[in-house]
Amino acid sequence: MSGAGPTWTARLRDRAAAAYPPERLLPDRQPAYVASWIYVFGVLTLAALIVALASGALLALEGPQWYHLSAKGHFVNGLHLWSVELFFFTMVVHLWGKFFMAAWRGGRTLTWMTGAVAFLGSIGTAFTGYLVQSNFDAQWIATQAKDGLNAVGVGAWFNVLDYGQMLLFHVVLFPLVLGVLVVWHVLLVRRRGVVPPFPDDRAPRPEG
Amino acid sequence: MDTPEWSGAYRRYDLVKEFVAALVAMVLLTVVLAVVLGSPDRPAISLRHWATAAPADFTLTASTELAGTSATATYGAPYTADPSAGQRLGPLPVQRWGGVREPVDTAKDFVLRPLSTVRGDRPLRAALAVYRAAPPARRRAWATAYATALDKAGGDPAKVARGGYGPVPLLIGRLQTLARGGGLDGILLTEHGPYQTDFAKPLLFLSDGGYLEQQARAEHLGGDQWGMMNETGSYPGQAWLWLYTFWYQIPPFSTSDNADAWVWTLMMLLSLGLVLVPLIPGVRSIPRATRIHRLIWRDHYRHQ
Amino acid sequence: MDHPGYYLNWGFIHISLANLIVIALMVVVFVVALIAPFPKDRGR
Repeated sequence: MSGAGPTWTARLRDRAAAAYPPERLLPDRQPAYVASWIYVFGVLTLAALIVALASGALLALEGPQWYHLSAKGHFVNGLHLWSVELFFFTMVVHLWGKFFMAAWRGGRTLTWMTGAVAFLGSIGTAFTGYLVQSNFDAQWIATQAKDGLNAVGVGAWFNVLDYGQMLLFHVVLFPLVLGVLVVWHVLLVRRRGVVPPFPDDRAPRPEG
Repeated sequence: MDTPEWSGAYRRYDLVKEFVAALVAMVLLTVVLAVVLGSPDRPAISLRHWATAAPADFTLTASTELAGTSATATYGAPYTADPSAGQRLGPLPVQRWGGVREPVDTAKDFVLRPLSTVRGDRPLRAALAVYRAAPPARRRAWATAYATALDKAGGDPAKVARGGYGPVPLLIGRLQTLARGGGLDGILLTEHGPYQTDFAKPLLFLSDGGYLEQQARAEHLGGDQWGMMNETGSYPGQAWLWLYTFWYQIPPFSTSDNADAWVWTLMMLLSLGLVLVPLIPGVRSIPRATRIHRLIWRDHYRHQ
Repeated sequence: MDHPGYYLNWGFIHISLANLIVIALMVVVFVVALIAPFPKDRGR
């Protein structure tokens, strides 16, 4: 714990504070060009994700068979289904908006990439969710999906017919990775700010 | 502090209020949708249900499992070690790269072992003994002959032509009885102990038959019905999977034995492409060329 | 809602009414988001 120079703790703290002073983490103003409803789809996606996580947590509280046997459980299952449908709805509209704004400009490549990987990760999370419904749909999806995954050698390790493995992927592994990606994505948006409009829109630019 | 490259005007923007509003909106929307539309939950098909609702299909499938001609028996990795089986990407045997990590011997696992757990059935014990004592070639001959004859008889054992099937008809008949009584579901799951979560064996057996697929196709869930996007009943499904399922609907994928290998490789590449859009010339220029950004930033361009 | 859904066909496209509604809504919402007026700045 002794030695010359700043501690690791101080270094980390100072780097974090420099990158994220409170006014950048939680600004109460935005550039004037942030004046379109397309901008709300990121936070709508985040909100839908929170409802999906909360309804999923309720399902987890009572165990994976509860929703087949109880009216309350069936309702919570409905909450989980529709929050996920809303999540994909708003996420894709958000993606369309960000694409047509070329929102990766100005050093925001990583913001785009974390978002795209989170999109793909969400598909994987939803997929494992469908697999653990323990109903007819789950049986069909499992026996079909196995062919796709086996064909490229992945199925030997990621066994969609193993209910326990898929449940753990759905409730633990995918949400963990997705959580990291989403937090990273939001921090990047705060760090770089919202992408500005294309400059000098009337004159054509040489690069892409 | 703010956007590094922006030196222009700012506007008041309450992020926390926006987040709270978004959360309230999403909770309300979710609750309304769940109350009004509910959610699908079509019950799973047990082996018991299958053997009862579609006995001919069950019996026929069971005979192909014993004969080693079913889809699972001839699948290749990760279930069987047949080097000629499995999908390829051109010359690359990609399916085999995973290895045989979920070994299944359909004759033993789906037929013989379950039957050997039955107690108090002397004719069955005798039939099993005769079958096990016969040399492999004889067993194969009996089982294949019976599977073929049963197929010709539409899966009805009563209509099977006379032939040299050995003890196979009795074995298959007993397996159906075991399935209809509900015992087969549990036996196939609990080979390695009472607490299990790997449903590979019951699901592989079920999917080798025609009943599961017939039920699925009636709900438009088949692979060539854009099924990956669909849900049972009238519910929306997974519209975001449209591009995954699209390839299966068109040649050359729709008629290829290696469709899965090609489609999934293609989708992995396209997914990588999505992630790398900012680095792909041409694609990254599309936004500038379209007029949509002029709509989004119309106030800004007006005041410029 | 548990009865097999209504499906539409257009060439090789085969789509459920439910999915079509979802996709159509997404496009509508996207367009509305682009053109609907956004509250002006009241901060200053």
